[in-house]
Amino acid sequence: MPYRLLRFGLSHKHPEPRMFTRHDSLRAGYDVVIIGAGGHGLAAAYYLARDHGIRNVAVLEKGYIGGGNTGRNTTIIRSNYLTPEGVRFYDESVRLWQDLGTDFDLNLFYSTRGHYTLAHTDSAMRTMRWRAEVNKHYGVRSEAVDAAFVKRGIPNIDMSCGGHAPILGALFHEPGAIARHDAVAWGYGRGADRRGVEIHQQTEVTGIRVQGGRVVGVDTTRGSIATSKVLCAVAGFTPRILDMVGLRTPIYVHPLQAMVSEPVKPWLDPIIVSGSLHVYVSQTARGELVMGASLDPYEVQTTRPTLDFVESLASHMLDMFPFLGEVKVNRQWAGLADMTPDFAPIMGTTPVEGFYLDAGWGTWGFKATPVSGKTMSHTVATGRNHPLIEGFAFDRFARYRLTGEKGAASVGH
Amino acid sequence: MKILVCPLNGPRPVSEFAYGGEVRRSPDPDTCSDEEWSDYVFNRSGSPGAKYEWWCHIASGFWFVVLRDTLRDAVIATFAADAVRRGLPPAGTAESAHAASPTSGKAS
Repeated sequence: MPYRLLRFGLSHKHPEPRMFTRHDSLRAGYDVVIIGAGGHGLAAAYYLARDHGIRNVAVLEKGYIGGGNTGRNTTIIRSNYLTPEGVRFYDESVRLWQDLGTDFDLNLFYSTRGHYTLAHTDSAMRTMRWRAEVNKHYGVRSEAVDAAFVKRGIPNIDMSCGGHAPILGALFHEPGAIARHDAVAWGYGRGADRRGVEIHQQTEVTGIRVQGGRVVGVDTTRGSIATSKVLCAVAGFTPRILDMVGLRTPIYVHPLQAMVSEPVKPWLDPIIVSGSLHVYVSQTARGELVMGASLDPYEVQTTRPTLDFVESLASHMLDMFPFLGEVKVNRQWAGLADMTPDFAPIMGTTPVEGFYLDAGWGTWGFKATPVSGKTMSHTVATGRNHPLIEGFAFDRFARYRLTGEKGAASVGH
Repeated sequence: MKILVCPLNGPRPVSEFAYGGEVRRSPDPDTCSDEEWSDYVFNRSGSPGAKYEWWCHIASGFWFVVLRDTLRDAVIATFAADAVRRGLPPAGTAESAHAASPTSGKAS
């Protein structure tokens, strides 16, 4: 055993710096309180401290850092969206992702793989061409490709998909990538912590005090805090927080499940998505296949996974890759997806002054972590919505101005 | 396998059913304001709790109402569709009132 390690083990002082500072108590007040220490909340805290000089910030988390959807997603990063608002927003995110590891001094295992969205019907091919043209118009590398291109890129795939869903082509998105999701939360958390932000885990928000239409404080299980600005970034728990300030939104919560196989030797380089077969899959650096499918069919507010999900996802995986018949499923889990009717998030200011919302991330939140943190920190610091998130405004439903992004959802929900 | 008790067909696997969303009352489109209408069209009660929901048994095309706790995913009671016209008791109080209903089922 190295001497240094032995000395560390025997020391009571823990001389090595830990990832985060532990704070024994909450202060009486903060400039900004962020609810939710997932990727989005921690990213907002990080950019508030780094870019806007606002360091008197508390991030409150009822569980542990990155224990919600940040740690439950399938880690796919892409910007091949359908609406101009979506393409511009997610493309900025992909750019931010690419040097995040250097920014954090932490290995995020960011791995550019290429991303195929398979088309099994003529109408799906038409949507792929549409998305490719919108993408190219905004400088995003996406291409509608034919079946021969797909076969070259994924030699192991059964092009007939069991005979009932033959692959006609795909949308190929070269910058599509995967990353290590826990490290994203830790990187943002450590970066924020070092700049003076306080992260309080196991601290549940029980109420938000509003006086005369303005936020004045937050009540928690560990005491009350005075603050004039609250950012809510709690994904599937958003409606419960919104009830505290009396706001109504279209957000509805369905579980989204995923599963992972035992590790096998590397054979799948790109990320594969099939809307018709309700599958998205990639292979991690460890060799596990990470697989996801569509939302559960009805509202449930717990993260208990189901056998129905494994059966249907496994059957669709075998349509594409019949040789996986002997591979075992190691784990499955569920997250709570906060869905919106137009499949775009709800971000920015709200009718309650000082209450900012970063929600409606449904099944598409992980890839937006950096840009959401960046734009929300700008919004919280200035009190005005960042130009990139104007299409995602809280009041767009009351104005009947939706941002229809459903065509670019990874699978048909 | 989860079982849902249909008022017409009895206990059936939940995969035979389609979820139709929460039971909601439409405002009169001729007299309501734009705000009331957009609130009805878009906004939902996203928080967990006991909620009345429309469900359809696909094989028989039978629509009915389920009172379900969305936090525990447990069915408290089921009703034939005409119960909506006759008026449903408030969801919060219905738990005790209908717990012993003959059509009540529990997802397990």
